[in-house]
Amino acid sequence: MTAGLRTDDRRVVYGRPALLTDRSTHYCPGCGHGIIHRLIAELLDELHLGPKTIGVASVGCSVFAYDYLGIDFVESPHGRAPAVATGVRRARPDAFVFTYQGDGDLAAIGTAEIVHAAARGERITVVFVNNGIYGMTGGQMAPTTLLGQHTTSSPRGRESAVTGFPIPITEMLAILPGVVYAARGSITDPGQIGRTKAMIRRAFESQLAGPGLSIVEVLSTCPVGWGMTPTESMAHVANDVTGVYPLGVLVDRRRMAMGEV
Amino acid sequence: MSVPRVTVERPAAAPRPQLMKGNEAMADAAIEAGCDAYFGYPITPQAELLERLARRMPELGRVFIQAESEIGAINMALGAAATGARVLVSTSSPGMSLMAEAMSYMSGSELPMLLINVMRGGPGLGSIGPSQSDYFQATKGHGHGDYRVPVLAPASIAEAVALVADGFEIAARYRTPVILLADGIMGQAMEPVVPAFRTPAWDASAWELTGADGRSPRVVRSLHLLPEDLEAHNRHLQAKFAAITERETRWAGEQLDDAEIVVVAYGTAARVARTAIERARAAGLRAGLFRPISLWPFPTAALAIAARRARAIVALELSAGQMVEDVRLAVDTAPVFFHGRTGGMVPTPGEVVDRLSIAWALTAPTP
Repeated sequence: MTAGLRTDDRRVVYGRPALLTDRSTHYCPGCGHGIIHRLIAELLDELHLGPKTIGVASVGCSVFAYDYLGIDFVESPHGRAPAVATGVRRARPDAFVFTYQGDGDLAAIGTAEIVHAAARGERITVVFVNNGIYGMTGGQMAPTTLLGQHTTSSPRGRESAVTGFPIPITEMLAILPGVVYAARGSITDPGQIGRTKAMIRRAFESQLAGPGLSIVEVLSTCPVGWGMTPTESMAHVANDVTGVYPLGVLVDRRRMAMGEV
Repeated sequence: MSVPRVTVERPAAAPRPQLMKGNEAMADAAIEAGCDAYFGYPITPQAELLERLARRMPELGRVFIQAESEIGAINMALGAAATGARVLVSTSSPGMSLMAEAMSYMSGSELPMLLINVMRGGPGLGSIGPSQSDYFQATKGHGHGDYRVPVLAPASIAEAVALVADGFEIAARYRTPVILLADGIMGQAMEPVVPAFRTPAWDASAWELTGADGRSPRVVRSLHLLPEDLEAHNRHLQAKFAAITERETRWAGEQLDDAEIVVVAYGTAARVARTAIERARAAGLRAGLFRPISLWPFPTAALAIAARRARAIVALELSAGQMVEDVRLAVDTAPVFFHGRTGGMVPTPGEVVDRLSIAWALTAPTP
């Protein structure tokens, strides 16, 4: 962060993080990826992790995260990011390793990889961006799509009799002993953005402290896929999505081990 | 009282052959080749390879992971290869099908890896018997997209040991996955071997991810969304594949000088062919063996030359006929016959001699 530096007589209190590249993103108006990328860049700056970080990009809109974050990246096949991150981490134990995955990637095609990376307690951090839809391919239903939600592949609204129920995968992961930290945040207002940043910081610090997988699910938006304005999308997350996916820390085993909880 | 120390010069003892199982010999060869990380999943008939590395790799402070699936294993390999590690994966046929996806990604991302496929019978769950029915998959197929992967096929355990080191070397030199295509017999058989272990050069400085410390960030990727960019990337890959074809084509010939029947066979089939050729020669049939060692690049030009004076070509495989298609593409000067067994059955030398006799009779010069 450039905050605190003086230029002329003015004090910069908010600037572009050094690791956030100076370019426009390809993301749609109202999409949450820009905010979440920024949080990661701020934290990598603040924790001085940039020079030792290897990110794992997944398949979806956010595959281009490597265009916006000034760090080493490897691109993963769809859903396989936790396995790729496992290989990175084991082969280069000194690196700081995180994956950036959407809900189609992590909660559908990649369930085996995330569950077993968690079961092994891989020392990686997963930033899991859940917008309840396959955005990049045109707004199809995801396993995280809410009941009744209209998508291009659930045109009558998601019906539980046909397609089952939204999958609370972060809760599922939180019960595994290999997961040291699991939390869910959102980005609907500055307060929530601040809380989510604190969660990602805690997840990063958990990785730095020792073994175990840390994951932060971030409830995000897809105004184009949802057929809403950006403002309506933020309100939808705050009012409806958080009812199905409650915000908060699901587990913090390092804190529990220290008797703080 | 001090005794003067006498040094006796002993003649260097000839290396003693060791009785080695194919899977274990390949595992040892990988360790000696400097393999940093192994990822696998249990499947017959390659399990001893995984088991041996499960014991030895941690002893050496190297990485061993039994993954949750073949998909997990090869994607761990992708990640480790991106950091510059010398990576080995092994599997058998059904597992190879699951690894197809990442093979495409690794070729597109130009990441090196050695993959040992100890083939078993198919399709589907098939059998655990030896087979060569994944020739198409290894040489033409696995994943999507315009790419090729070097495929090396050993016909003895000693050769398997040598090809492990060669495979790592080719993988690093061209930044590509390499397949060592063995069959169940190559994995399970035991032979006396004087293992010629070798540690090939490995320089990952051009691609390894280390964290962008003091240099620009690096991205290991296969995505090139702009058509112009992807075509340029494909041209680069194709130039690389052409260079591999030019420099890494391998084959061996036996008794080809006067051969009027050329048997084309690789791996275990070549072992059967060798015995059949001896028997055929004893019966007056001048037969020889052309043995492809690199299945891709296939030794097309060399086979065409070897076939020039032959009156018949016989392709012998542990399959319903896969390599024979490449033989037919290479040879247009003589008829190409095929003999193969499937499902884990191995042709006997006797039935091969019968086929050679038929080919010999059918192509007899008309008086």
